[in-house]
Amino acid sequence: MELGLFLAVLGAGLAAGFAGAGSAIGVGIAGRSAAGVVTQEPSMFSKVLILQLLPGTQGIYGLLIGFIVLSQVGILGGEIPSLSKGLIYFAACMPMAIGGFLSGISQGQCSSSAIGLVAKRPDQFGKAMIFPAMVETYAILALLISILSIFGIPASI
Amino acid sequence: MSKVQMKRVFICGLNSERQEALDLLQRAGVVEITSGDLDQDGLKTVDAGAERAEAVQKSSQAEQALSILDEFAPEEIGLLESLEGTKEIGLASYDERSGHIDEYMSKAAELIRLQKQIAEHRSAIPKCQTRLETLSAWKDLDIPLDFSGTDKTKVFIGSIGQEADAAAVYSLIQEQTETEEPVDLDVTSFSKDKMLSSFMAVCHAEDAETVENALRRINFVKAPSSTLIPSEEAETVKKEITQHEEEIQKLVEEVKTYAPERDNIRLAADYYNLQADKYAVLSKLPQSENAFFVSGYTPAAYADALSEKFEKLNAVVEISDPGEDEEIPVALKNGFFSGPMETVVESYSLPNKFEIDPSKIIACFYYILFGLMLSDAGYGLILTIGCGYVLLKVKNLKPSMEKMMKLMFFSGISTTFWGFMFGSFFGDAVNVIATTFFNRPDIAFRPLWFNSMDEPIRLLSFAFLIGIIHLFTGMFIKLYQLIKAGQIKDAIYDVVFWLMFVGGAIIYLLSMQMIVDMLSLKFMLSPAVGKVGGIIAILGCIGVVLTGGRDSKNPIIRLLLGLYGAYGITSWLSDILSYSRLLALGLATGCIAQVFNKLGTMLGNGPVGAIFFIIIFVFGNALNLAINVLGAYVHTNRLQFVEFFGKFYEGGGKQFEPFTENTKYYSVKEEI
Repeated sequence: MELGLFLAVLGAGLAAGFAGAGSAIGVGIAGRSAAGVVTQEPSMFSKVLILQLLPGTQGIYGLLIGFIVLSQVGILGGEIPSLSKGLIYFAACMPMAIGGFLSGISQGQCSSSAIGLVAKRPDQFGKAMIFPAMVETYAILALLISILSIFGIPASI
Repeated sequence: MSKVQMKRVFICGLNSERQEALDLLQRAGVVEITSGDLDQDGLKTVDAGAERAEAVQKSSQAEQALSILDEFAPEEIGLLESLEGTKEIGLASYDERSGHIDEYMSKAAELIRLQKQIAEHRSAIPKCQTRLETLSAWKDLDIPLDFSGTDKTKVFIGSIGQEADAAAVYSLIQEQTETEEPVDLDVTSFSKDKMLSSFMAVCHAEDAETVENALRRINFVKAPSSTLIPSEEAETVKKEITQHEEEIQKLVEEVKTYAPERDNIRLAADYYNLQADKYAVLSKLPQSENAFFVSGYTPAAYADALSEKFEKLNAVVEISDPGEDEEIPVALKNGFFSGPMETVVESYSLPNKFEIDPSKIIACFYYILFGLMLSDAGYGLILTIGCGYVLLKVKNLKPSMEKMMKLMFFSGISTTFWGFMFGSFFGDAVNVIATTFFNRPDIAFRPLWFNSMDEPIRLLSFAFLIGIIHLFTGMFIKLYQLIKAGQIKDAIYDVVFWLMFVGGAIIYLLSMQMIVDMLSLKFMLSPAVGKVGGIIAILGCIGVVLTGGRDSKNPIIRLLLGLYGAYGITSWLSDILSYSRLLALGLATGCIAQVFNKLGTMLGNGPVGAIFFIIIFVFGNALNLAINVLGAYVHTNRLQFVEFFGKFYEGGGKQFEPFTENTKYYSVKEEI
């Protein structure tokens, strides 16, 4: 019985944990570049801060998935799932965990370069923002599949 | 559409009026000056580089003085005032004040001098402190440090680099002496730690050499020389530090008395900036002995006023239409609603000369997409009221800030609208508060349309619908542009066939049971309509295959290129799927708000629980708002730039950069 709950919580934990780790690494990479730019040009702070924050969304998406699962499996509400339902919850969390982790890191690297771009050409901020946003698309797609899966788990299993 | 129509302008004036003419051009700020045509006989440019460098230097001096004032006498400004742009100042008042410019500059020089003095005093203090530290080792010594002995005795004052008390030092020295008998020696220790032991050794004058050699072997270092007794000297050094501090205090007070000059020094900084720009332009102007020539572009709307003004200066102004092959600078002009879009278009690229200004068209979509991604009535109201308040309160906002505020204002209205549609007000705050604190679970913020949390697939279908409308609009603009340019064939091949292909395919798909089930649509097209759609799609596809490779002469390559062109349908698929981010980001906003609301209720409904709830609610929603406004802004831009612009827009226009007042603090207005 509890194995189902365990699997669901494990999935929630991995979604929040991995996506969060990906974001942490990404924001960290971008933050180093941002700090470098600000030493030279303190007035660029707000612009590079926005670019640094872009890889931070994966962590939030992961938190979101984790929270939705916890609120459905009896931790924060809902009922304790059966084993098979727990397995489905676990599987539903995986897109977010994997997609969030890898895209977070990659977006961080991209943000880092975008920060370099803005440092040299502050007027190109709009374009600089688009490059990291391209990477984020795939985190959003992962989030979408995770959300649709979790919301779509039939009650009868 | 709302690209500003440009005219070529040519001005010829007398050198005697040159200064006034440049001032006029700069204040009017409506002419972009192009490098003059030097081919004509007897024309040359005058290099004003040196004058320019001097003006730049003066302006940076004034800026330095301002930063000194900011350091010691910071100006108190409110949050709203910090958003303000340059202050407008009348021409008369500017002329009057610029007469005193030397006076202002001397004030600035005075400030820089004071700051230098402060810096000197500041750097002296650490030196004194190091001296004090050294002296503290000798504080019990009652003779001067460089005391070397009397007639009969020799005194060594100093330290060795190890831990040793008086007895240990005594034996160390005795070990190192070359004599067999121990020398008569008296050692007094003053301080010791692991690294350093300070002491005084006294011996007979005749043993001086022996002791000195012994001391050298244990790496004895003489104390810093000083004719004063250490404790007395410490007192003087302390006094010196106080003196420096008092001096700094006095100088800072003096700097503060210059605070009222801040506005004047700002004027001086601007004045020299304007001068520098004028000299830069002057270096570009072709001149003859008595006349100067300006050529450039100006918006057609200002052309008449410009000639009128210059005729007063006895100058000749010629306005003409720019030639076909010229690269005309582009400026955009839009109204209140679509004006904020100019920044969005500019940050992508300005339209080239064949393209229309897309600001108006993207405006509607921009606000709708932004609203769908944020989709919360509470957040929307915060944005609308916040930005509306700033727009009303602060009259002369920085132009870029004003556009941003307007953008957020309209986006906020749209966000509020979608929030009502999908029943989200700070997430599920209404229901959570009613349930937890008033025990009324029946009260909730009901959606006007449907709850996106309960029916995500329905929202997904809606997102795709918005996406298809958005992309088709892009195609229709391309159609319009091609027809306007007279390329009817291209219009049919590149746009009409594609619209048939994609549109027909969508109709056909909507008549399939599987697709309708997947998107949980409430309607299904009849098989007959689906069949028609399918036929249109096939016709369109054939058209694309046959014409996609029309640039090539070889029929086989043409067919292959056509087939490859038809493969472009996959990019349509991914473009449409890309709008699923509307759902994902919309749900993310609502879910995160719910997370915080739920966290807030954890301590129950007592007074402590209520306070806890308020703290978590305010903090959590502020965080959520910040993150999701950023997300919605970035991803709305992306949908516009990548998906929408990809269908019809190239850009590459050159920005209109008029010779104007590029100032930081004041702007002198001369209406034209």
